[in-house]
Amino acid sequence: MRTIVSALAASTILAGAAGAAEIYPLDRATILAKSPFDFKVELDAAHGEADIAVTVNGKPYAEVFGQPAAFVAEETDADGATLGSALILRDLSLAEPGRYTVEVKAGDETKSATWEVYATAEAPRVRNVIFIIGDGLSVAHRTSARIMSRGMTGGKADGRLAMDDLDHMAFIGTSSTHSIATDSANTASAYMTGHKSRVNALGVYADRTPDSLDDPRVETIAEALRRTTNKAIGIVSNSELQDATPAAVVAHTRRRGDKAEITGMFHEVLPEVMLGGGSAYFLNAEVPGSKRKDDKDYIQLFRDAGYAIATTREELAAGTNAGRLLGLFHTGNMDTWLDRNQLGKGTVDKFPDQPGLVEMTAAALDQLSRNEDGFFLMVEAASVDKMSHPMDWERAVLDTIELDHTVALARDFAARNPDTLVVLTGDHTHGLSLIGTIDTEKPGDDMREKLAVYDDAGFPDYVDADGDGYPDSLEVKRPLAIFSSNFPDYYETWGAKLDGPFVPAIQDGDGRYVANEAYKDVPGAVLRTGNLPRDNDTAVHAVDDVVLQASGPGAEAFKGYMEQSDVYKVLADVLALGTDQK
Amino acid sequence: MTQNLTRRSCLPLLAAALSLPALRPAAAASPDLSFAELYSSFSALGLEFSDKVKQLTGRKVSIQGFMAPPLKAEAQFFVLTEIPMALCPFCSTDADWPDNILVVYLDRKQTFTDPNQRIEARGTLERGSWTDPETGFVSQLRLRGARFAKV
Repeated sequence: MRTIVSALAASTILAGAAGAAEIYPLDRATILAKSPFDFKVELDAAHGEADIAVTVNGKPYAEVFGQPAAFVAEETDADGATLGSALILRDLSLAEPGRYTVEVKAGDETKSATWEVYATAEAPRVRNVIFIIGDGLSVAHRTSARIMSRGMTGGKADGRLAMDDLDHMAFIGTSSTHSIATDSANTASAYMTGHKSRVNALGVYADRTPDSLDDPRVETIAEALRRTTNKAIGIVSNSELQDATPAAVVAHTRRRGDKAEITGMFHEVLPEVMLGGGSAYFLNAEVPGSKRKDDKDYIQLFRDAGYAIATTREELAAGTNAGRLLGLFHTGNMDTWLDRNQLGKGTVDKFPDQPGLVEMTAAALDQLSRNEDGFFLMVEAASVDKMSHPMDWERAVLDTIELDHTVALARDFAARNPDTLVVLTGDHTHGLSLIGTIDTEKPGDDMREKLAVYDDAGFPDYVDADGDGYPDSLEVKRPLAIFSSNFPDYYETWGAKLDGPFVPAIQDGDGRYVANEAYKDVPGAVLRTGNLPRDNDTAVHAVDDVVLQASGPGAEAFKGYMEQSDVYKVLADVLALGTDQK
Repeated sequence: MTQNLTRRSCLPLLAAALSLPALRPAAAASPDLSFAELYSSFSALGLEFSDKVKQLTGRKVSIQGFMAPPLKAEAQFFVLTEIPMALCPFCSTDADWPDNILVVYLDRKQTFTDPNQRIEARGTLERGSWTDPETGFVSQLRLRGARFAKV
């Protein structure tokens, strides 16, 4: 996740210097028939336009594509050094399904790419899709949430999570176009466009030029829904709305950090429901709390577009008769379930009336279900990831329980509206494992010896007397013991972080992350020397597969191992996005 | 809405700030400000500066915090935060600043400190949206003509 901007710049330059012709979309791309996308050819050297020969299935490309591409004699890097010639054709679309082999020849350079253009069912099988992403959701989050929420006796769970009873399941490969490792931008983008991309990229293939907004675009699901249906679109997250996962529904940028521009991209699509944090990028630069650099007032622009605006849980609960709803409950990322409901830490003192993910999803379903043509709703539980990075396991697991309650709500909606497909998945995983419990009552000060494994682990003693599915307190005698496979230098404190979200490492004067001394004097704290490179501030994403689950019409298509980009094909098929339904 | 300070309008302020230490004795004279006192209200539609910040605008104040890793070694300003920054918004595309930051413009070059080190910065409090001409960094609240010391 923590990808360094300078590395991005360097990689852009290296891609040119290393030199190889490239075709976008990349070889093996799968493309929804009739969906617009940008075609680009990058050549390593400068060539005359007449010296570049491009064929598609053996015919001149302009004949197949219907028009010629724009010729760029020389692309340049950030320092003005030449990168070679290019051809760019924006908004190309291919109506005829089948295999398209693109062959490029220019001087000594040759490159070939084959795309599969796919059709969909002619008629939709579902009216509604609820696509729920637990950001970073890994198997250990699920196991821990089940044990913490429902308990366990005699080796059998005392109850089931709502996600445990979804009907179909697949393993999902999350890797990016340039690396087995991945981030929330390219992974969410693969779900929402059907195209894999590079770390930090949303709705584009990552090209070699420094401009983050000129990369070859692919169609997002929101754009496809607008093009082919009259469905309403909803986006719910407890992160900033511009954060990678919610942004992936609408955005096109090489750099997920282009949050001011991403806000504008939401305004271009105008999803009927948008609920989350990130108001700082809606406020013009004059307003304290704004993170914009210009005078654009997106609060007003969305009001002008017919949106009702809610800024607190109370305002959200009041409902609206407006056709469009924008809920902005925080200038930045919203607080975790633990901080909102039990501890009042984080930024809850500043934003005391934030709705939870379940309430936001309920409000979104209420609003979206008024649309007679149905809806597509993307819900993200963002803090599962945001708390797994700093290894704040209790916050991550409690937010997984909140995610599960959201799944329960979606399943309940689907039970009443059987033409609804419910999907639950992660975008990528984390390297955490649940390995036992911590026996806090074992005598002695050496916390390591209190880690109870194998037979000693026993069962944790969380209590849920009020039956809300959450433990009444984290201050128990035998909490879960969860650890990360990878970490920066940090002080292990062997328990829930009751004073606020954990901050394991901070930067030293040389830019290296070192253990945060704030935890040095916590009783029992032990310094763990990191195994990550020292420029990593927190634990990183794992490359491990994600488990996707689904129920409803079309859910049977999710099975075995699937690439993340193939998930989009299933959505496109059940929604019949290859057919004009307007 | 606070008035947007132009570069021209803040120069006299800066000059005034620089002359102050000569006119009056030592640090004790600067009123203290804390991060908890910066805003009187928080809303998704914007924050409101506290009365104390409004009263102290244009005056010399002291505030304690931590230096965020600087944008570049020779930058003329640094970002002061309430707690040490775990993320580097200058270097990471998905990291972002907290709401309550203070930008500190130094009156002379000082060696940047370890971000773990608590410091006290003293300078003239300036409020209003300001875009740093060199870096494009936008701030709402600043110290001008500032110096800092380890606490």
